[in-house]
Amino acid sequence: MTLLSTHGLTAHYGDFQALFGIDFAIAAGEAVALIGANGAGKSTLLRALCGQLAVNKDHVVFDGAAIGGLSADKIVQRGLALVPEGRRLFPSLNVEENLRLGAYAKRPGPWNIDRVFSLFPVLKDRRRVPATALSGGQQQMVAIGRALMSNPRLLLCDEISLGLAPVVVKDVYAALPAVRAEGTAVVVVEQDIGQAIRFAERFYCLCEGRVVLSGRSDTVNRDAIRQAYFGL
Amino acid sequence: MDWINVLVQGALAGALYALFAAGLSLVFGVMRLVNLAHGDLIVLAAYLAFTLVSGLGLHPLLTMIAVVPLMALLGYALQRGLLNRTLGQGILPPLLVTFGLSIILQNGMMEVFSANTRRLQVGTLEVSSLQILPGLSVGWYPLLVLAVAVVLIGLLQALLYRTRLGAALRATSDDIETVRLMGIDSRHLFAVATGLALAIAGIAGVLMAAKTNFDPMAGPSRLIYAYEAVIIGGMGSLWGTLAGGMVVGIAQAVGGAFDPGWQLLAGHLAFLLVLVAAPRGLFPRAVN
Amino acid sequence: MSNTNLPAASLAAAIRALPSVTAMRIAFVVAVFLFFASAPLWSDRSVLHLAIEMATILALAMLWNLLAGYAGLVSMGQQAFVGLGGYVMFAFVQETGLSPLLGVPLSGLVAALVAIPTALLLFRLRGPYFAVGSWVVAEVYRLLSSQVTLLGGGSGISLPLSAVRAIAPDKDVRDIVIYYIAMGVVCGTWLMTWTLLRSRFGLALTAIRDSESAAASLGVDTKQVKLTVYIATAFATGIVGSLIFLGKLRISPDAAFSIQDWTADIIFSVVIGGIGTVEGPFFGTAVYFLLRWAFSDFGSWYLIGLGATAIGFMLLAPNGLWGLLSKHMRLSLFPIRRLLDSVHRVHDPL
Repeated sequence: MTLLSTHGLTAHYGDFQALFGIDFAIAAGEAVALIGANGAGKSTLLRALCGQLAVNKDHVVFDGAAIGGLSADKIVQRGLALVPEGRRLFPSLNVEENLRLGAYAKRPGPWNIDRVFSLFPVLKDRRRVPATALSGGQQQMVAIGRALMSNPRLLLCDEISLGLAPVVVKDVYAALPAVRAEGTAVVVVEQDIGQAIRFAERFYCLCEGRVVLSGRSDTVNRDAIRQAYFGL
Repeated sequence: MDWINVLVQGALAGALYALFAAGLSLVFGVMRLVNLAHGDLIVLAAYLAFTLVSGLGLHPLLTMIAVVPLMALLGYALQRGLLNRTLGQGILPPLLVTFGLSIILQNGMMEVFSANTRRLQVGTLEVSSLQILPGLSVGWYPLLVLAVAVVLIGLLQALLYRTRLGAALRATSDDIETVRLMGIDSRHLFAVATGLALAIAGIAGVLMAAKTNFDPMAGPSRLIYAYEAVIIGGMGSLWGTLAGGMVVGIAQAVGGAFDPGWQLLAGHLAFLLVLVAAPRGLFPRAVN
Repeated sequence: MSNTNLPAASLAAAIRALPSVTAMRIAFVVAVFLFFASAPLWSDRSVLHLAIEMATILALAMLWNLLAGYAGLVSMGQQAFVGLGGYVMFAFVQETGLSPLLGVPLSGLVAALVAIPTALLLFRLRGPYFAVGSWVVAEVYRLLSSQVTLLGGGSGISLPLSAVRAIAPDKDVRDIVIYYIAMGVVCGTWLMTWTLLRSRFGLALTAIRDSESAAASLGVDTKQVKLTVYIATAFATGIVGSLIFLGKLRISPDAAFSIQDWTADIIFSVVIGGIGTVEGPFFGTAVYFLLRWAFSDFGSWYLIGLGATAIGFMLLAPNGLWGLLSKHMRLSLFPIRRLLDSVHRVHDPL
């Protein structure tokens, strides 16, 4: 059952067009990867989905309802959460406050502060530390945990491996199966193709604002991905 | 020259300035907006109290029961209806719109209440005093103002650091875009902040009305005292604002002790001095 | 590019299509010049006084527009330099007994000098805090001038009769002299702002206004640029101030440093005319005087209306009247923008 789909989604930054008719879909509980080079439009697509960019009403359908153009806070209240690129934690708040703020929308569901702490035990010891004083990997965990606190049905993860050492990336991705176990669909945006393909069942490859390749991770041809990625 | 007396009186006077400043500081912290009509809104609250006193014969301090909720509602409506539209387009729109608002308020109050100066009577409270030391007595009313300022700032701190709303307000001052990702309607949040700020301004206005003469044009000078308190104290720190208010109050008292004509000037000069010597204020919040 | 507003488009096209737009512009300028230059011949005292007042308000509006609309320095304290200019003039006359006309440039000079430490102080404040800070500085000047008994203290002083006569022995000639000086000051201010904006300096200014950090990263010395604009504006404002009080023959702290007269009214004019546009102050000043002529009898209501109008414009038409006009007619009276020739062939600078 399709949870979210886009239909000819376009997006602009002022006069500059960043997305040219994206058709994207994800079913409930699925894991999908969005890959592509820098500037391909991956983050733009996520921003468009979660209401940070103005889009046409019918271009995005979530849970049967056209949500294009809704403000970000309303979209979160419907069950779509974003782990933003660069984490974007609140420096004035400590770890626990950051997490609790994620639950502001008070959506019912399995995720609460205790479950987030059991998912990321290392955060529990640092709950009163200012969020931005943590290491990169720990900050990423806070960012994911914060998004989970809104009990989303769809979690969008924007480059969660960015700037992290490979072993830390492994730890971060190790948490995602627990997220999926609750029935939450996950979209990961990655520049690291291998990581993305390992995690997700399906993938879309973006290049210059268009989908140039999509398919199932287990049957895909690595060469085809490489060509699509670089726009060859 | 009884310096202790001058210092104490000045510090107590400064507590009122801190109350003027608290709301201003909150709003700027949350949405980077300096409401140039803030002083006029304080004066409006004073006139509201005046209306209730002359109309219903209430004791001035009791008018707070009505004035504070009224001001809170006004603040919410003002932000939601007008000021929200000025955000996100640079510094000019909020400044110019609130400046226009200031002119409208001053002249509106002039029309309704005439240019006569007013003052509310609080009876014996005004003149009774407490003797702390031989030669040093402080009025009960200034002490009351100080107590209110301390309690209010303490409550505001508690709100900001111990409640969900406070966390949302602090987060908004960090990153408004990401705050929306938390499912928070920022337009509503801004309006709540302004409502809170004007509620405090309401308390300040009523307290001021009993202490000093006021007239429709008194707003801008309240704004300046508030602003100086915030800058001297250091932005982002509410207790710093209390200290800043006291510095202004003390400077004014000292200047006034030399020559009444120097009273206001001394306050301004203290502000300029802090600007030169400690541009971030005396107790700035540490920046991450 | 389609313009659905046919009459305006065809009018504008007709204007553009006229042979030698440049010649038309020159003719227009000459006509305007002759009109104002000959005014003393065919108008009476009250008209001249009004003209002088309009000129000074227009000059102040152009200057505030330069500061706030282009440099992004929203100053609520320009009245500091207006009053300072006036007081320097009166002090000069009182102490030296020389002709006040010599005091005019001196006022500008002193204002510019005072502007330097003022700027270094105020530039520590940003945005709205700079605005209120500049207001505080003006308040300090006002309070200080009330304390200086030499210059009349709180009640101010009048220009000594000998000085008044030094301008010109005859009352009518005096009016004419001040009128021409006012016209000269307005033209000079206009020239200064227009030259500034058309130069590389002007590009730097607009860049800073749009994004100071971006401008700085491109190598623009933002501090230097802002300082220069602030000082130049102070200089001109001081001169205008001296002229204003020369005309009034009397100065007092409250009149000299009045925020209503020298900032509020100016701000309203600029906002209504179109802030950040070169043509805005002209329209704004004209509209301001029109409104004043029509409604100032309503006292407080007039001021309330003015405030509400300014708010309305800021929210609904941020580029003011001129912004609305120029959008419809695609016109530019005083072009300062550089546009690619292939895109807009008509917008070649004079």
